[in-house]
Amino acid sequence: MSQPTVPPGESGPPVASPPAKPDASVEEPRWHGVMREIVGGSAMISVLAVVLAMLAGGILIALTDDKVSAAAGYFFARPGDLVKAVWDSVSGAYTALFQGAVYNFRRPGFIAGIKPLTETLTFATPLIAAGLGVGLAFRVGLFNIGGRGQMLIAAACAGWVSWSFELPYGLHLILAVAAGIIGGAVWGGIVGLLKARTGAHEVIVTIMLNFVALYLISFMLKTPGLLQAPGSNNPKTPAALPTAVFPDLLGPQFNLHWGFIFVIAATVYVWYLLNRSNLGFQFRAVGENPNAARVAGISVNKMYIYAMLFSGGLVGLAGVAQVLGTVTTGFSSGIDAGIGFDAITVALLGRSKPWGIFFAGILFGAFKAGGFAMQASEGIPIDIVVVIQSLIVLFIAAPPLVRAVFRLPKPSGVSLRRPRTSTAAVTK
Amino acid sequence: MNAERPIVDENVSRTELKTAVADAPLQHNHPDSLPAALETTVVKSWKAPIAFGIFSIIAILLFVVFGREGTSGFRLSTDSDFFQIPTIQAPTRATDIVLTVLLVALAAYSAFLVSRSRPVRLWVTVVFAVLFLVGFLTWASAGATIPVPGLLVGAVGLSVPLVFGALGGVISERVGVVNVAIEGQLLAGAFVSAIVASVTGQPVLGLLSAMAAGVLVSFVLAAFSIKYFVDQVIVGVVLNVLVTGLTSFLYSQVLSKNTELLNNSGTIRLPRLPIPGLSEIPILGPVLFRQTIIVYILYVAVAVVFFALFKTRWGLRLRAVGEHPQAADTVGINVARTRFWNVSLAGAIAGLGGAYFTMGSVGSFNKEMTAGAGFIALAAVIFGRWDPIRATLAALLFGFASNLQSVLSIIGSPVPSEFMLMLPYLVTIFAVAGVVGRVRGPAASGKPYIKS
Repeated sequence: MSQPTVPPGESGPPVASPPAKPDASVEEPRWHGVMREIVGGSAMISVLAVVLAMLAGGILIALTDDKVSAAAGYFFARPGDLVKAVWDSVSGAYTALFQGAVYNFRRPGFIAGIKPLTETLTFATPLIAAGLGVGLAFRVGLFNIGGRGQMLIAAACAGWVSWSFELPYGLHLILAVAAGIIGGAVWGGIVGLLKARTGAHEVIVTIMLNFVALYLISFMLKTPGLLQAPGSNNPKTPAALPTAVFPDLLGPQFNLHWGFIFVIAATVYVWYLLNRSNLGFQFRAVGENPNAARVAGISVNKMYIYAMLFSGGLVGLAGVAQVLGTVTTGFSSGIDAGIGFDAITVALLGRSKPWGIFFAGILFGAFKAGGFAMQASEGIPIDIVVVIQSLIVLFIAAPPLVRAVFRLPKPSGVSLRRPRTSTAAVTK
Repeated sequence: MNAERPIVDENVSRTELKTAVADAPLQHNHPDSLPAALETTVVKSWKAPIAFGIFSIIAILLFVVFGREGTSGFRLSTDSDFFQIPTIQAPTRATDIVLTVLLVALAAYSAFLVSRSRPVRLWVTVVFAVLFLVGFLTWASAGATIPVPGLLVGAVGLSVPLVFGALGGVISERVGVVNVAIEGQLLAGAFVSAIVASVTGQPVLGLLSAMAAGVLVSFVLAAFSIKYFVDQVIVGVVLNVLVTGLTSFLYSQVLSKNTELLNNSGTIRLPRLPIPGLSEIPILGPVLFRQTIIVYILYVAVAVVFFALFKTRWGLRLRAVGEHPQAADTVGINVARTRFWNVSLAGAIAGLGGAYFTMGSVGSFNKEMTAGAGFIALAAVIFGRWDPIRATLAALLFGFASNLQSVLSIIGSPVPSEFMLMLPYLVTIFAVAGVVGRVRGPAASGKPYIKS
């Protein structure tokens, strides 16, 4: 699996080669090739994958709508009713989704109208951070399913610092963020250490550590003196002190907080780390081919440990963003909100590239924000968003399928490689 | 049973490897070749003695230093049994001290074996584990009585979907397709079987439809990974999310609005069918032979999969495709087709396991009711080294540990329930890091085969 996709008809060693170049492209006029790349290229595939997934979601919404099935009952008498009912239900749903995610035209004024967009960014903040962590691990050939555990531990660490100490503004926040990142990094680092030292499979270990973290946090939440709020019997923590909370980024009328700036910084940092630094080069070398990297003198085991430390730390940042930004009034063991798993799809959609993950995170944040609005106004369960998201990733992963559906030409030289996630690790 | 695969086991044939390496300098040593074999020659494996030592220390601390007074009871038969066995009453502290001494002796024995470069046999580990478990149960049940049949019945119940999932995983990975989508197959099976069984009132149709649902998930996995060469783990993960989203959406949108017709637990749940005669065996009877039809299918499935995988032409071909597709192709096996249909078969088995969630236990479908069982099954596959029997045992271990927690919390264990819940996962990490170590799956698992 560490090999990139080589399309049928192309022989040769499984090196990182782009898909087959049609021989005909050499004789084609130049603009023709450009057209091909625009129409069949990976950006177009991404857009079409979104369209296709939304279409499938629309079908699902229409099929399960009561009014649609009622109108289908007398289809032959008045077929127009069915068309109208389908249109109403699907367009209503997607309008609500858009208004909940980007701009709400029904609200007066720009401030109120633009609020959904800031909600999108708020939801995107932890998604991007965790997606960066998962994506970074992918690049080193590791599959980090342990986002949930790393987020929980990070949330507990950051939360504990945020209410246990009284420190001045600024310093307190930085300490709490650092504690969370270190917590996540340690929880991820355990995985890297075990893999490097004993060869324990990271997929198993991360899955198991998710449960260990969940029960550990549940225990601490109901034990007075650890994480439980004093004077309460609920498994809930005290609220973070205001000195440790992320300040609002755009003023008190929006929920968007400074965590978003941290996440932008993290994206830039990961980009620098992977593409410009010595360590990142070694990371990628190990991810491409661990054997070659070992021969070249790179300590593969060390890279596994570092990669899991970084990965856990980034996922930890997502946990920090949750407790210091979104849920500042005390949290329970559900604080991770499934972000650890969503992050995997975010990383896949972003093809494990930092900026790709950034925009994928924003897209998924938009779906999340819009999904809640859709559920509230149209009564369509938010789970439809999960369906659409997974379909998008599925379609993007298989460009030939999307091209076949839309009868697009094959691109000439554009690389359609999937992220070289090298999940061979799973079966190593 | 793994004779044909080079499993790297630290405990076996260390001396042979050593001599092989001593002769090695003459040979050209490619860095890619035999890295694992070279690593194992470096040290004697002290993993087993160290692990035993740690557990012995835990035993001394828990059973002797913090030992509990009183008597521990083990109820061995249920009221409805034909043969009644009296409840065993054991003095807690004395029993535990005896067991601790035995544990320490076993640990010392294993250390002695390793120091003499002799392998630590499997029976030592098994005896050690059983003694430790009995010691722990005795300690935890001081002043109370553990219903042993109840503990085991619950354990089997929790294990059933895990075993089905693990069997599906074993088949799929042996043929060369990583099956992360077990969770999705289980959930799809649970969902579809509930609806079909509820609407038609026919349990057989429910089971068949569960298999069909699992196959459907497998089709997507197979199509994307075999035809489009998409990374199999990615497809698996995404499929899990897709099935979770789809079933949750349909549950909220359709099922919950018409529970009477579509999700009626009265029609869905299967009756228990005690096997005459066998079900009266003490302890084993109620545990193994007073179950639903799905569990009996499971017994057959484990045996059949094991036999077919290692003793039939089908199994040989399947494993050949998973180990070395090019060689299999050379001798005329259609790799893509073999993979496609066997992945589908794996989906059918896992889907049947999903039916147990609804038809075998709870009775009605609920959102995300598999709750990560597919991932545990995946862990069981790797823990069981891609072997149907070992994977089954691993799945049983997980089921037992989860149920142990609930039984102990009922009788009032001194350990917080969260730590008991954590135990199976910690044991798994420990086992994977210590005992299993660098496991090797089927060589071509996860790699798309592109015919040149």
